[in-house]
Order: sequence, then structure tokens, then C-alpha cells
Amino acid sequence: MTIETTTAVTRGTVLPTYDDDAPQPVPRATLGRPTLDERFVRWGAWASALGLAWVVTQRLLPMPGLAWLLVTWFALGLVVTAVLSVMSGPAVEMRDRLASAVITGGALVVGVALVSTLVFIVLRGWRPLLHLNFFFDDMAGVGPKDPFDMGGIGHAIVGSVIELGIALLITLPLGIGTAVFMTEVGGRFARVVRTIVEAMTALPSIVAGLFVYTVVIVTLGYPRSGLAAALAIAVMMLPIIARAADVVLRVVPSGLREASLALGASRWRTVWHVVLPTARPGLATAVILGVARGVGETSPVLLTSGAAAFMVAGPTDGVMNSLPLYIYSTVRSGEPQAITRAFAAATVLLVLVLALFVTARLVARPQRTKARRRPVKES
Amino acid sequence: MTTLPLQGRPVDGSDDGSEVRPRKISRTPTGGDAVFAHGFRVIGASVLVITGGVGLFLGWQAFPTLRRYGWSFFTESQWLPEADIIGISAVLLGTLQIALVAMFIAFPLALLTALYISEYAPAGIKATLVSLVDLMAAIPSIVYGLWGFFLVMPHAAELALWLQRNFGWIPIFDVKDADPNAALWDASRYTASAFCAGIAVAMMVLPMSCAVMRQVFSQTPPGEKEAALALGATRWGMIRAVVLPFGRGGIIGGTMLGLGRALGETIAVLLIISPAFDLKVRPLEIGTNSVSALIAGRFGDASASQLSALLAAGFVLFLITLAVNTLAAIVVNRSRSGAGTDA
Repeated sequence: MTIETTTAVTRGTVLPTYDDDAPQPVPRATLGRPTLDERFVRWGAWASALGLAWVVTQRLLPMPGLAWLLVTWFALGLVVTAVLSVMSGPAVEMRDRLASAVITGGALVVGVALVSTLVFIVLRGWRPLLHLNFFFDDMAGVGPKDPFDMGGIGHAIVGSVIELGIALLITLPLGIGTAVFMTEVGGRFARVVRTIVEAMTALPSIVAGLFVYTVVIVTLGYPRSGLAAALAIAVMMLPIIARAADVVLRVVPSGLREASLALGASRWRTVWHVVLPTARPGLATAVILGVARGVGETSPVLLTSGAAAFMVAGPTDGVMNSLPLYIYSTVRSGEPQAITRAFAAATVLLVLVLALFVTARLVARPQRTKARRRPVKES
Repeated sequence: MTTLPLQGRPVDGSDDGSEVRPRKISRTPTGGDAVFAHGFRVIGASVLVITGGVGLFLGWQAFPTLRRYGWSFFTESQWLPEADIIGISAVLLGTLQIALVAMFIAFPLALLTALYISEYAPAGIKATLVSLVDLMAAIPSIVYGLWGFFLVMPHAAELALWLQRNFGWIPIFDVKDADPNAALWDASRYTASAFCAGIAVAMMVLPMSCAVMRQVFSQTPPGEKEAALALGATRWGMIRAVVLPFGRGGIIGGTMLGLGRALGETIAVLLIISPAFDLKVRPLEIGTNSVSALIAGRFGDASASQLSALLAAGFVLFLITLAVNTLAAIVVNRSRSGAGTDA
């Protein structure tokens, strides 16, 4: 072919000739939109596999149950897809179809697991939520077998809010301050700090709890309290927030910093007026996700706060309950009524985390450019 | 403090005008900047003291225990403080088993999900899927513990029975004192095992690994992907030739980050397992333990020396997770993944 064209060049332009007897070239089926035919084959493979799986598991072999049906369906679906695509195309295409089926199947499994978690928790725990006292009362004097219109998790919610509030009061300035130090001040010492902070994100939460338990409760002799729990949560959250904020600050374009410095602003003004406002959505996300992590962490609280059945509003007033601890201790009691209460509390915790998460997403959403184009003195 | 030199005129007042010195440029901050730099240096130092202090304190507390029990602290399987027998080999083995079961489940699912989100998902729902994975990471571990204990454990026990019946000749699928072919199978021998705990922990580490992998996959240079497609590769061919080699560092690093989290997980494990101090590798069988579950179970009635032993166990756990995480960070940083390319 190439020899012909090179000789053709010397003679002038020669149009390529087509062999009229050759079959029409067929384009790759994977290119472009699948035709109706191909779509029928793709879906038909799975439909036939479902029927085959039903016959095999429910009629031929003793494999009752939904689980076997689904597993066999998936395996047979892969086989049927492979056979059908080999019949119509090359082996490359068969591998492509199989890979896409396996990858989609894996993602589906994860999705089903996530949905099953959420649905299962809500289904087991919705009944106590219908009673308003569940959100405001405490469990003082309420037995594990008492009906749902008695008692509630008000004390646990208050405890969680107080503990997280104190923890946030400690970690927010320290965490973001450290991130600013690591990115904006820099130097050899900042590298040391960064190394240590990154190393401490590996600290298991139970070890953070054990640390505070040993120092505050055993060595210093203070009783178990909400403050100790808040300290444990703070020890756990501080490296997480500092590291996340560090990542956010590092992606602020250095052009912005240089522009500000070139205009004569001092470094502090550059940080306060340029770097931090630019990174504000990212910082908010880092903090909110850190809070979501802290609110659900049970193990540091388990060691340091002690589960109270009554409302405690003072962080130093002794034992204090919190949502995850309430769930854990109530589930351990084994009473069906109490377990339902624990699931209801888990639903409240889930909704709380979900709300924090959605807030983080909304804050992190990039602002619309329209808003920026408005004149500055509008409001 | 800032001195602004006037154009062409030296600031020191000498009037000859022939000598124009350049402005003095100093890297050491002055004035408000000095306050800023030193103030934040103090904050950084205090955080260093707090976080580093925790690590040092743990090491300092662990020292007497390690000196007293020596090497037997790592080889002894029982935890009997009354009899002065303390060792963490059984709990370490249990921790590793739970983490390995979790990674065995989580790794393929995380990889497939990350590939689906970055390569197969329709563009319209991609952002939603990414947030869903992040949401999955934010769900508290106690919720996964409840899920694992009440919903998954009965089914996991059936799966364990099936595994033993068909693969029981492999030692790790064996369950002692239980006949898989008995007419009425003894479900209690198959629950509360490292396998059941591993499933719940897998749900926790899966989103972490998946997020790292997806992040790296999404950084694959589009030019190389398009080149592969233009050469006639199918989508899977493109993934195998471009995305997976490019993302190899992210795959390994994400998996190891997940492993670090799986090793330290407490509450889901504590909720599911029934504690046992046997040195065994039979993850399907009832009874196992992990370092974190040991700490959570024994801290309450511990004396000062026992507390020191627990701190030593926690310190060992911390060192292991630290090593795993550091290795993960090195792998992610040294691979090509994440490095910008102009292609």
C-alpha cells in the first residue's frame, strides 16, 4: 500500500480505489450512541440472565433466598453478555462490556450498602421520633421498658452540643492558626510542625481518649465530665482540622498573594484580606467536616465523660451524656424497647451529620460570578 | 519602620545626589509583620506541643511496661493483669485480621466505585455521586456498628457457614467445634467474629479509599486519555492503558490510608465482636479482639500499672497506624499521580 502511494506521488495524484467485493466496513459498536439493536442486546442479556438465574436457583438447585438469586443473576449476566458480544464483535469489545458491567456492578453494591444503612436505621427507629418528648426530655427515672411517651434524648443532644462547642472553641483558632503558620509564615520550624501534625492524624481516637483519661482523670484527679470529653474530642480533631485547613490554604493561587504584596500590603493584611477570604468556603468545609467527624466519634467520649441519664448543662458538673455514647450504652442493654430508642437516637445523629454535611456543601459551592459583578456599595 | 526612599535622593540627608543606593530589602519581617509572624509561630508551636506531647506522653508511659515485660509483651497472648501476665500478640493478630478482612472487602469495591464515578458515570450525576461518597465517610462509625450488628451479622453468619462448608479445607475458612453439615447449624459459632466486624469496618474505610482513588483518577491527563481513545482503544482499554497506570500510586496510597483507619477503629468492632484472647487465624469463628476494643473494655477497672500497659498497647497501635499512613503518603507523593502534566 505504502509502496504504491510513493510511486504514485511521482506520477501525480491517484485516487484510492475501493475493492467492490469487500464487505462494508463496520464501525466499532462502542463508538457513538448505541443503536436500538445494540441496546436491545445489552438489556436483553440481563433480562435473560434474570430468568435463567431464577430457574437455576429456585427450580433446579437448592439455593433459596434473594441473595443467591442476585449473585447468580450477576454471574449469568456476565456470561450472557460475553457470549452475545463475542457473537457480534471482536474479543476487545467483549472485554470492554464485561469491564463496564463489573465496574457498574461494584458501584451498585456500594450504593445499595449505603442506602440499606440509612433506610435500616430510620426504619428501626422512627417510632419514638413521633413523640415530641423524645427530643426534649431526659432519661431520669425512665426504665428500659417504659413506653416512648416517657423520656427522651434531650440530655444527650445538649451534651453533644456542649462538648462539641468547647472542642470547637479550642480547635478552631488553633487549627486554622497553625494552617496559616504552615502556609504563610513557613520556614524550617513550619515543616517540623507540619510533619508532626500529619503524623498525629494517625492517632486512633480511642488512644486520644485514653490520653485524656490518664492525664485529666487519673493523674490530675478531676471527675469524669463534659469538659474532659471535650478535651478528648479536641485532641482528636485538632490535627484533622489543621491538616484539612492546610490543604485548603495551600491551593490559594500564589498570584493573588503576590499581587497583594506588590500593591504594598503587609503580610498580615495579605493574609487577612486576601488569603483567608479566598479560602473561606474551603475552610468552612474543613471545619464542618471535622465537626461531623467529632460529633459521631464514640470512643473518646466513652472513656472520658461517663453516661448520665439526666440533664447536665455545666461542662464541669460531672458525668454528661452525648448522642453516640447514649446510642452505645442503650444498645448494650439488650432490651428491645431500649434498642428502638437507640435507633431513634441514631436517626437524630444521622440527620445532624447530614445537615452539617449539606451545610458544608452549600458553603463550599463556588459563588456565582454575577454576585461579584455588582457594585461594591449596594447594600 | 518602613522607609520609603525618595526618587534619586538618598534618605540619609547627604546632598551630593551622585550616590543612589538601592532600597534595603530585608527578609526578616518588621513592624506588624513581625507581630504576625511571631504570633502565628507561637500558635504553631503550641499545637506542636499539644500534638507532639500526646505522642511523647504515650511513649513515656509505655516505657515502664515495655521495660518490665520486655519482648514477651509482644509474644504473650493473654491479658491477665491479676496474674501479672500481659501481652498483646492476640489482640494485635485480631486487629490485623479485622483490618485485612475489611480491606479485602473494601479494596475491590472502592476501586470499582472510583472507576465508575470517574469514567463511567453520566456527567449529570457525577457531582452527586462524589458527594454521596463523602457523605458515606461522614456517617458516624456507631451507625455502621448498628448496621453491622443488627442487619448484616445474621447474613454474614450464613455466608460464613457456606464458606466453611465449601472451603473448610483451607485453614482460614475453618470454624472449630462446629459441624457445617449438621442438620441444625449452630449459628452462635459463626457470629461476633472478625469476619462480621470486618464487614462493618469495610463500610467505614471504603469511602476514604474511594475518595483518594477517585481524586487521583480524575487528575489523569485528558490528553493521554483522548490519545488512547483516538488510537482505537475501547473505554476499558483506555482505563487499563492510561487511568490505572497513572493512578497506581493513588490506588496503593488510598488503600493504605484505609488500612490505617481500619486498624484504629473502635466502636463498631467493640459492638460486634465477643472478646477472646486466642492466638488463632480463623476469622469466621466467634471471638476475636483488637487493641482498641481491649482499651475500651479494660480502662475502667485498671490500676496505674495496668493503665500504663494499656497506654503501651495504644502506643504500639499508634506506631503501626503512623507507619502505614506515612508509607501511604510517601507512595502517593512519589508516584506520578497528582503531578501536573501539560499534555
